[in-house]
Amino acid sequence: MSGPVSSLPSHASAKSGVADFLTTRVEVALAWARKNSLWPFPFATACCGIEFMSVVSSHYDLSRFGAEFVRFTPRQSDLLIVAGTVTDKLAPTLRRIYDEMPEPKWVISMGVCASSGGFYRAYHVTQGIDEIVPVDVYVPGCPPTPEELLHGFLELQKKIQSGEKSRDSRSAKWAASQPV
Amino acid sequence: MTAVVEAGALSAAAERLRRLLSRTPLESSVEVKDLDLPTLEVGPESWLALAKWLRDEPECRYDLLLDLAGVDNLRRRGRETRFESVAHLLSLTRNEHLRVKVLVPDAEDPVLPSAAGIWPAADWYEREAFDLFGLRFTGHPNLKRILCHDAFVGHPLRKDYAPGQRWMFTDADMEWPEWTKQTDERAGHFETQTISIGPAHPATHGIVHLIARLDGERIVRAETKIGYLHRCFEKMSETHTWNQVIPFTDRLNYISAMINGIAYVRTVESMLGVEIPERGRLVRTILSEFNRIMDHCVDIGANLVDIGALTSFWYYYQPREQIYDLIEACCGARLTVSYVRVGGLAIDVPEDFDARCRRLLETIPPFLDDMERLINNNRIARNRLQGTGVMTREQAIAWGITGPMLRSCGVPYDVRRSRPYDFYDRFDWDVPIATDGDNFSRYLVRMEEMRQSLKIIRQALDILPDKGAVSSDDWHVVLPPKDAVYHDMESLIYHFKLVMEGIRVPAGERYEWVEGANGELGFYAISTGGGGPYRLKVRPPCFPNMAAFEKIILGGTISDAIATLGTLNVIAGELDR
Repeated sequence: MSGPVSSLPSHASAKSGVADFLTTRVEVALAWARKNSLWPFPFATACCGIEFMSVVSSHYDLSRFGAEFVRFTPRQSDLLIVAGTVTDKLAPTLRRIYDEMPEPKWVISMGVCASSGGFYRAYHVTQGIDEIVPVDVYVPGCPPTPEELLHGFLELQKKIQSGEKSRDSRSAKWAASQPV
Repeated sequence: MTAVVEAGALSAAAERLRRLLSRTPLESSVEVKDLDLPTLEVGPESWLALAKWLRDEPECRYDLLLDLAGVDNLRRRGRETRFESVAHLLSLTRNEHLRVKVLVPDAEDPVLPSAAGIWPAADWYEREAFDLFGLRFTGHPNLKRILCHDAFVGHPLRKDYAPGQRWMFTDADMEWPEWTKQTDERAGHFETQTISIGPAHPATHGIVHLIARLDGERIVRAETKIGYLHRCFEKMSETHTWNQVIPFTDRLNYISAMINGIAYVRTVESMLGVEIPERGRLVRTILSEFNRIMDHCVDIGANLVDIGALTSFWYYYQPREQIYDLIEACCGARLTVSYVRVGGLAIDVPEDFDARCRRLLETIPPFLDDMERLINNNRIARNRLQGTGVMTREQAIAWGITGPMLRSCGVPYDVRRSRPYDFYDRFDWDVPIATDGDNFSRYLVRMEEMRQSLKIIRQALDILPDKGAVSSDDWHVVLPPKDAVYHDMESLIYHFKLVMEGIRVPAGERYEWVEGANGELGFYAISTGGGGPYRLKVRPPCFPNMAAFEKIILGGTISDAIATLGTLNVIAGELDR
């Protein structure tokens, strides 16, 4: 029970050393529950998707962090992992998937292509998905090693616990320019 | 720079073609040249007649259209016309490659007839040439953009198109096929409905989009849309030097990244005429066979996930992780390796390379045995795979399919056997084939191929020299050792020239092909003598597979279509480039 005890103020009984009650705020408890039960939607488009498969498979095992339940419908997931290059042709699809996810939701941009277009500075490649959706954690690498993605995942958990919001002015502008 | 030296006498193959052509009325309109391959040049008016003759003439039988590439000669000297359409053909019976260039005279509105009626495989290739170069193929059944999005303006691979010019695309710009807007009068007692699978769908493995009309559960009409991962590989290669293109090639077929790199550098090396030490070539062979195993593991595993077997996917991932460890030990990267260089390898393999490989030879076969025990007689797998996604031998050839897909229809075409490169002719191995042409045959062929790959690796390890260079010592091509660069002026200059200007590849063109994990992987490179490619076209093996998908699934159910999509081994990075 290292997770809740370290993040929530608790009172331990002096004799047994076991926490028999604890006090907390609802938001903190909720954030703790959320960060440990993320349901990822893998928006895997390219090479990073293959490394994402490594992360969820038994060798690296993302389920250790409570996120093994990969969902392929945006309506059942709260974490969008964009793994791979997003092209201009795919951009509206990505935004639609993001919009279909219920709140609260988070986005991990996996790999440099998703984060900035990577070395594809080209006529058909979106130069970073933050043009389209707000991003919480950027994971560098081409593709990132599984360890790097796990690190990004832990960073997201910290962010969820602290209640920090990502700034999304750029992507909001993009969404506003789309036909309804 | 050095110009292309046209050989006075034609090679035997080209001479034979010239002799055959001289007996036909085409003689006056076709020019026979002898580059790396016999090359025919023809105007648009005679193209269809020539194509028909090439396919039907009993002494030619160029029955498989491998590739069709547009070329823009705007900044290339010595060519008559601005646009060319370059087709690469293969005769399976004669085991010969041929290049046909259609010179399109009108630079403003390049028009030429479509060959889709002769080789159905031309359908998508011509759409691609239309999309990227604006070549207008008259008589094409469905000449629309294929890679770029529907709101795109201009033709990006033309030389006067700026590489970074993007266009905004919204959902409203998406063009649906005409038939989706009409109801189907001929439908039976069921109401037909049109469904859209993808682009982000778990069964599409990467990003493809299937639009299908269903009559009950049967697919009566289907169209696939691709291009969702069009990362402009070919345009990017034109703005980089020859060696800088290698990381881009890794991201084509990222499941078996190293085979792409090897195919690419082989193209450049053959243009340069540089020799690679035996040890370097053997390491390449060993690693590309390991890559083939990784590829088949993921392909079969993902296919089985689609039909409900999650366990086998996790199980198949284990050998893959073990091979990752080997590759990581060699070059520091797991997936996109960038390990090859023009002229050899980036660095030497680790000291325990041999031991690591041999350990893998021990650990991988038990996985394969287990998998066969799990799948081969599994009732669900058999029911879903056997008899579904069927393709006849004739269809496969007409659709331009190669690799395990073609071999599962009973055609024993494997580049490693038909034109052995590196040491494949020295090894004892078999080309597995199956005859049913269904999904289960493809599964069986891939399983056996993994075993054959292991066999090749074992023999390659036996003759792998312990010591010695892995790269050529031609310092015009390969970076000199770092130590020498620091201590002697000449090496420093070579280093500087290579880094700043890139390798100088003599002007000319080349088509080199190897056996990729999912078919014949070819690179068609044109150099004008500069430090980077003038034009680089990759022949993606899964492109014709995907083009055939909408034809294979007709009449079947949606669930069969899903099982079929997995066995096509479509990798979006290579499909869309």
